[in-house]
Amino acid sequence: MARTVLLVGTRKGCFLLESPDRRDWTLRGPFCEGWPVYHAIHDPGSGAIYAAAASEWHGSAVWRSPDLGETWTHSSEGLAYDEEAGRKLSKVSTLAADNGRLLVGVEAPGIFESRDQGATWSLLSTLAGQPGSEEWDDPANQPPGHLGISALMFDRDDSARFWAIVQGIGVFETADDGKSWTPRNRGLRADWPRPHEEVGFCVHKLVRSPSDRARMFQQNHVGMHRSDDEGHSWTEITEGLPTEFGFAAAVHPHDRDTFYVIPLDPGHGRTMVDGHAAVWRTSDGGSSWQQLDRGLPQRDAYVGVLREAMAIDRDDDPGLYFGTSTGQIFASVDAGDNWMQIADFLPSISSVEVATIE
Amino acid sequence: MADLHLPTTLMPLFGGLPRRVDVDAATVGDAIADLDRQWPGLRDRLCEPGPELRPHIHVYVDRERATLATPLDQGSRVDVIAAISGGAC
Repeated sequence: MARTVLLVGTRKGCFLLESPDRRDWTLRGPFCEGWPVYHAIHDPGSGAIYAAAASEWHGSAVWRSPDLGETWTHSSEGLAYDEEAGRKLSKVSTLAADNGRLLVGVEAPGIFESRDQGATWSLLSTLAGQPGSEEWDDPANQPPGHLGISALMFDRDDSARFWAIVQGIGVFETADDGKSWTPRNRGLRADWPRPHEEVGFCVHKLVRSPSDRARMFQQNHVGMHRSDDEGHSWTEITEGLPTEFGFAAAVHPHDRDTFYVIPLDPGHGRTMVDGHAAVWRTSDGGSSWQQLDRGLPQRDAYVGVLREAMAIDRDDDPGLYFGTSTGQIFASVDAGDNWMQIADFLPSISSVEVATIE
Repeated sequence: MADLHLPTTLMPLFGGLPRRVDVDAATVGDAIADLDRQWPGLRDRLCEPGPELRPHIHVYVDRERATLATPLDQGSRVDVIAAISGGAC
């Protein structure tokens, strides 16, 4: 019988939530020895779980469990810049898996690759020479500058093609396995001066519709945007939302027009607007938005939801899941109409991913 | 032989790694390299490229703050400490 597994990265390790019916959940963990886990993913090809983690004491590593959390190993072999490069790897931020291959995005900005299930790593690209790279290559912006590769997204039809987000710079696409890159930020809005026309955008989250590969959505620092041409151009679709700011986003697996975001207060708090927890959904490609809050706390809920902390499964009635900065996980099994709390008292949550295990 | 004491945070990461190890090495760096041969990957948990000790890993030889280059004598006591990180954790 199929079961649903949520992979939860937190400031104190990785946790797994499992359910046979998406209603009754069992928690396991913490794993990864309590290291801060920034992103945990399931690789359907190998069945393994990978977790990008960075310990305050022991540095960065990618953890691997081949058996859904029963056993774990970790490695950072090769996960470092050459000493001569003058840059330092301070954190592993994000993971992507495709056809037995793993990528990890790091700070300072770079992408490392593993072809042996995370045992060893090698540098694939630093996006050298791209507009804006002088900023992230500036030693003054090395840690703690926090410019890094914050997200990676594979093209499922072409493993040499993928997209990378550089924090504060924008989206880049490669079609030749990282040898060359093209900025993909045309049409995005920025409310600050930018030295380059093509970059200087603060992209938080990028998702692509499984049912229409040309369609992408993104949540960035100053709005929601839609692309109908694989990211070559973007149209803003913020109108109708309570704020333009947020981190997490999810796209419906079967409906090209349905997309979810969690708007947050754009100030320093970056929590639910007025303490009212809500997910917002568009069912018409961003022409209009609907607030979804049934079952979510309606007041005094000053919680945040980070970039990788919302996920959606592939069920006919998709399940949506999000984790908060205060350790709760909420789930909906009717595409966001109704919500239930399925976990509480976890450490602050960095990421939530979902896997269906047959 | 130097008497080397490791932080407890390392034990779960490397199967069979004891809290206390006898090492025959000329320097702190050599001692860590020796441990890395027995428990591959251990050096990465204590050192950054350079190599140098990670910022929150402190080493003391006979109670004196040490670096990777600090020499070891017969009977030296080496304490490797996962230092307190100011309450941020």
